[in-house]
Amino acid sequence: MSAGRPLLDAADLQVWIEGSHILQGVSLSVPGRGVTALLGRNGVGKTTTVKALLGLVPRTGRVDFDGTDITAHPTHTIVTRGIGYVPEDRGVFSALTVAENLRIAERRPGRHRYDLVHELFPEIGERADQPAGTLSGGQQQMLAIGRALLNDNRLLIVDEPTKGLAPRIVREVADAVARAAEQVPVLLVEQNLSLVRRVADRAVVLDAGRVVHTGPALELLDDADRVRELLGVARAAAVPSAPPETEGRRTA
Amino acid sequence: MSTVILLVITGLGLGALYFLIASGLSLIFGLMDVLNFAHGAFLAIGAYGTWWAAEYLPGAGPDGFGFLLAVAFGVAAGTLAATLVELCVIRPLYGRHREQILATVGLSLAVPALIQAVWGADPLTFPKPALVSGAASVLGVHIPKDRFLLILAAVVVFAALWLFNSRTRYGLIVRAGVQNRAMVTALGIDVRRSFTLVFAIGGAAAALAGALGGLYFGVVTPTQGLSLLIFAFIVVVIGGTTSLTGCAIASVTVGLIQQFANYYTVAGLGDIAVVIVLALVLLTRQGGLTAKKSAERVA
Repeated sequence: MSAGRPLLDAADLQVWIEGSHILQGVSLSVPGRGVTALLGRNGVGKTTTVKALLGLVPRTGRVDFDGTDITAHPTHTIVTRGIGYVPEDRGVFSALTVAENLRIAERRPGRHRYDLVHELFPEIGERADQPAGTLSGGQQQMLAIGRALLNDNRLLIVDEPTKGLAPRIVREVADAVARAAEQVPVLLVEQNLSLVRRVADRAVVLDAGRVVHTGPALELLDDADRVRELLGVARAAAVPSAPPETEGRRTA
Repeated sequence: MSTVILLVITGLGLGALYFLIASGLSLIFGLMDVLNFAHGAFLAIGAYGTWWAAEYLPGAGPDGFGFLLAVAFGVAAGTLAATLVELCVIRPLYGRHREQILATVGLSLAVPALIQAVWGADPLTFPKPALVSGAASVLGVHIPKDRFLLILAAVVVFAALWLFNSRTRYGLIVRAGVQNRAMVTALGIDVRRSFTLVFAIGGAAAALAGALGGLYFGVVTPTQGLSLLIFAFIVVVIGGTTSLTGCAIASVTVGLIQQFANYYTVAGLGDIAVVIVLALVLLTRQGGLTAKKSAERVA
């Protein structure tokens, strides 16, 4: 990738679902390093934007990845160019074991980073033979993130990883996202502004299917009036890192 | 007692035939969400392919290795037909359920009509190798030998499908795809290739059912697939639409009920008894007999 060129660049994305105009010309870019947070109130089109980028919903507009137009590519081809995806609902296959959930994600040919996954989430290794459907919500989220980290991706797209998780698990997930961001750029959809404050470099804010703000994340989060205007919430507090010997991993 | 033994083994033979047809339907519906009404056409192609090969294919014949070759030809013909149907008819219609139903119903009518145009509507005598002709004695009861062949074939197909599902990467993709097809795609897997493979496997099983059904009935007719397909659908619904184990249990249940009801009541009441069981299952366990065992689905 040449310097200055965004890794992912979307222009004028339009999505209609069952007659509703969900995305009305979304344009955004994700640089080749750091975390880009995609923010907005409920129902403004954040998850649809992610799905449109990956070709999971019919859309018009243009999507470039590392300088290549991938608009017409099917989802599996887009993903194999080096994108790891953690969906909002985690996308864990409950009938498969934890090990099978990881094995199905192995791209071939390629290096599979089980060491990284097990280092970040030791429980994933300990529960390899357990059906994924019997994991707690937090463990399923770890599995979903681990699955996205398994391959040598050039971009991670993580959709609301802390949704519905207990605070202690949120810290672990935040640590995992921060650790992942050290190695690969991340597009993070998140409503938890404290997590955004901790990990994000840039923020893109959606409203009613359109981008209404793009800029440095901290600059936005430190402007209480702007946060209230764009996101409808008070300014975010900082989220501490998880302690090294975290207990209660199973309590999510 | 001898009657019970006879009814159990012949019921198992009938159940085996149902399983061969329904296993493919179940796989196809589970992964691809396609109600494949053309499945009976694959059965007819397998049956007529086997019959034709036994009559005309050099090296094949009505007995011994020649018959095995004829069955292999029939199964290959059914598999090829299923693959072509998936690629040319089903693939352009994914997600368009009404159009899929119309297309597969059309095929289910067109293929028998085509067969009838070539070989006529009259039943054709199916070749029967000496090895499976006549009856074998089990505890003093004479059982038609072809029933044992059907049971053996169903066990082999069940084991092969179980191994495919649990031991191969494609099986893993199928089990995951049954649950969340979009996520499988989002992992970078071309799920359409799995669709084609599953359709081909389903077609092969149906064609094998056609070949072995020819042994069971002694004749082949252009509409044999259509009538058997109805019971295969009942089996799939009773067993749970995505469970191979449920499909096997339901096949045996339906086969046994039919045999016992036909013998101990009025001939023909077996079919009605099966429909009653279907209604009971739908009223009490809407997901089929294996509804609660989601972790075992398609395994």
